[in-house]
This record gives sequence, structure tokens and C-alpha cells, in this order.
Amino acid sequence: MSVRLEKPWRDLTAANVAELAAELGVYQLADAAGAVRRIGYAGARSLFGLRSELQSALAENRYARFRTEVTSAYLSRFEELLMVHLADNGELPDGNAERRLGRLSPG
Amino acid sequence: MASCRTETLSGGSAGSARASGMDFEPTPEQALIVDQVRRFVREEIWPLEARLDPDASQVEPADHARLVSLTRAMGLYGLGIPPEFGGPDVDIVTQTLIAIETAQHRAGLYSPCFGAFGGAGLAQLYEANEDQKQRYLMPMLRGEKHGFFALTEPSGGSDPARAIQTRARKVGEDWVITGSKIFISGADKADFGIVFARTDESKGRGGITCFIVDAGTPGFHVRRVVHTLRSGHYGTELQFEDARVPAANVLGEVGKGFAIANDRLTRQRIPYAAGCLGVAIRAQEMAIAYAKERVTFGAPLSTRQAIQWMVVDNEIDIRTAWWAVMAAACKAERGQPFRTEAALAKLLASEGAGRVVDRAIQIHGGYGVTKDFPLERWWRELRIRRIGEGPSEVQRIVVARSLFDQALY
Repeated sequence: MSVRLEKPWRDLTAANVAELAAELGVYQLADAAGAVRRIGYAGARSLFGLRSELQSALAENRYARFRTEVTSAYLSRFEELLMVHLADNGELPDGNAERRLGRLSPG
Repeated sequence: MASCRTETLSGGSAGSARASGMDFEPTPEQALIVDQVRRFVREEIWPLEARLDPDASQVEPADHARLVSLTRAMGLYGLGIPPEFGGPDVDIVTQTLIAIETAQHRAGLYSPCFGAFGGAGLAQLYEANEDQKQRYLMPMLRGEKHGFFALTEPSGGSDPARAIQTRARKVGEDWVITGSKIFISGADKADFGIVFARTDESKGRGGITCFIVDAGTPGFHVRRVVHTLRSGHYGTELQFEDARVPAANVLGEVGKGFAIANDRLTRQRIPYAAGCLGVAIRAQEMAIAYAKERVTFGAPLSTRQAIQWMVVDNEIDIRTAWWAVMAAACKAERGQPFRTEAALAKLLASEGAGRVVDRAIQIHGGYGVTKDFPLERWWRELRIRRIGEGPSEVQRIVVARSLFDQALY
């Protein structure tokens, strides 16, 4: 498994989100230019998993694209994606609140 | 505080084999503490945990602070910290009884009470020299610094004397470390770590030295997160690229690192086993309660012999592990060698608890594998327990060595 999320981007539309399975996993939201604006996860408290989380994001009307990765290790993968983003960009996406993260040098 | 009487019995087919019989009765004070901790888990941890993600291993800082204030008020914060360093004066047997209780919640196997009882941290630092104690131990005890323990390598973890390929060579007054470590918890957030490296190629276990490495050391990298069956907690892979460590950061003596690692592995097996046992006890309680409540074909599950036998098999596993764990704790408390007992406790508790939770899932049917119940998380995490802190096979090697009264390798 790649350290970075490398799934293809999809347009954040109601039709695309409706196709998502109710799975546990992580996701990234990007603006129209492709910059990651938020990283999130769908845990066991999400009613319909990734589909519910992306429906909520769609309703915010702030993001243009999304990509997901289905994983049962959603908490550790979420933290890893935040650390990788921080290592690559020097800061977290503006849609993520500040939090205590570990240091990662993914190379 | 402890009350444990053991009798050493002679016997067994091998002349040097020994078996222990034990009569354990908690003192009134121990019973009081156990009851206090049990109420803490049920009244404070369970409701808090019900609001968290089922895989969560942490609570919000404000909740953690509140929990710690409660354990401090109970006089039980800092279990495992020697009294001379500010820990409570609680003996090993009582600590073991507490560890059985604090594991009895969803996250309890790896995050008992979300760390509300504190802990000894890196116990190896109690043996550090005065300078190292001031730079690392005391800040760790004050909660200002956090450490990690780096022994296992991609080449293996069960046989560190031979598997360690990370090298440290003396350059001037410093040591320069090169190599990698894997499955290391907390290294990405730690301020320093205890790292084992080979300093003499010609000596096996005598060629390993223990170093204290600051996280900011140039050449020290946390390369990746290692995802496992657990979700709320992860290990990391570390890389050392000519990481320069001052000679003042050698922990203990050069070439004596293996003894430090070995001592830690042995001591850690008792609370490790106690945690498995605690989860097994809670799973059994859940299985019995569900079997009484769930009706199939016109009668509660508890009336079915198939279910009764599962519950009895659970009880056999739990009681067997309980005696083994307490035997190890009693010997450790008396200052007697307990390596064999700790190995048996770890083996019986980790394997037995895995079976208990598996049967509890079977009794719960489909609900047993949902995240509505903690059983599926325990089932995943207990599978790791048969490997962590020395796999079952290594525990058997330890016991076999004592039975044959000699090193087998």
C-alpha cells in the first residue's frame, strides 16, 4: 500500500457520491485546482460510511473533487495521510483542525 | 499488601522439573482496591467510551485530565513507578489485580482506561545514570517527555541477540547508528527513544548496546506507519542513517544491552497477560448475560448444552490463565526468579483469551462480529497478543529451557 492516497479523483457530484458503498475508509476532498483541502475518514459511527461522509461534504458546497480508499484501519490511515500531507506541504489542509501529529519522513 | 503463599512441589518426569501449587487470597485492602477500580471502569470509562469511535484508543485531553484527577484522588496514579520516584506504593500482585480490571472495556487491551492510571513509562531508565535520569527519566515522569522502545527489526524480533542488524560504531567520542527498526509504537510523537544496536560483530548477545536517541537527531527518520489489525493505534518503521549519538547516551554498559532488553521483556509479560485475562473475563460476562437473554426455538440459549459447554470451556481457560498470572506476580513480588512463570502466564492468557472471545462471538451470533459490541475488536487485538512481547513459540522455548535446566541454544 502506498503511503500516499493515489486513487483517481472524481467530481464531487450527487450521482458519484450515490455510487459509493457504505464502507469504512478514508477520503480526500480537493478544490477545482486539485489542491487537497480536507482529509477525513468514515468510521463505524458514520451511518452509511463513506457515502454519508461525502454526502455531508457535498452539502457544504466547498469542494470540487474527492477520492476514497476503503480500509478497516481507518483511524491509523487517517492519521498517516495527515502526517504525509504535513510532511509534503508544511501544513495541514485548511479543512482540518490543528491536532498533535507525529513526525513522518516518507521519503 | 500482597497475600500469596506458594508451595514448591517436586516431581515431573524430568528430575529438575518443578511445579508450583498456590493458594491466593486477596487481602481486604486488595479487595477494596479492586472494587474501587472496577467501579471506575464501569462508571467512568464505559459511558465515555460509548461516545467514541469503536476503534478509538484515545480520549479528548479534557476527558483524560478528568480521569487522571480521579485516579490521583484514588491514590493509584503512576502505577509501576517506584515510590522513590513518586509512584504509589502498590505491590506487583495488587498491580496485576488492577491490570485485570482496567482492561475490561472496549479499548482496554491496549489502552487500559485510556492511560488514566499513568504508568512506569520506559522502566529501563530507572537504571540510568544520574545525568540520564535528569535529562530523560524525570521529564518523562513529569509528562514533559515521551519515549519509545526500539528493539524489533525487519530481520526479526523474537531472537534479538541474533536478529539485530542495526549497527553502532564508535567515531571519536560519539556512536554512529545505522539500520532500521519496525513495529515501534509512539516513535513519531516521542521526544527520545531507547534503541538497541550491535556494537560488536564477534559477540552474540554480548555485542548489543542500548542507546538513548533524541528524536531530533539528524539521520533519525520515522519512515512509515505500519497498519495492522488495530486501527486506533499503529506501529512505525524507523531508519537510522548515520545518526550520531553522544557516548553519554549509552544506557548501561557497552555490550550489556541484551540484558536490559531481556529484563524488560520478562517483566512486561505479567501485565500483558493480565490485560488478556481482563478482556476474557469481560467477554465471559457478556456471553453469559447474552445466553440468558437470547431465546431461540422457544428457550434461552443458556439452556442449550452446546452453549453451556462453550461457557464452561471459557471458564477453564480463564481460571487456568488466572492462576498462571497470579503465580508469576507472586514470585515477582517475592523477588524470586519468575521468567518461566511469566512465560507460562503470557502463553496461557493470550491464547486462552483468544479462545474465550472467539466463543463469546459464536454465542452472540451475528451481533458478535459487529462494531456494536467490543468482541470483534478484542478478537482482532488478541490475535496480535499471541505475537507481541514474544510469540507463543518463544514462551514455549523459555519454559522448555527451564524444564531441561539449560540453555537450548
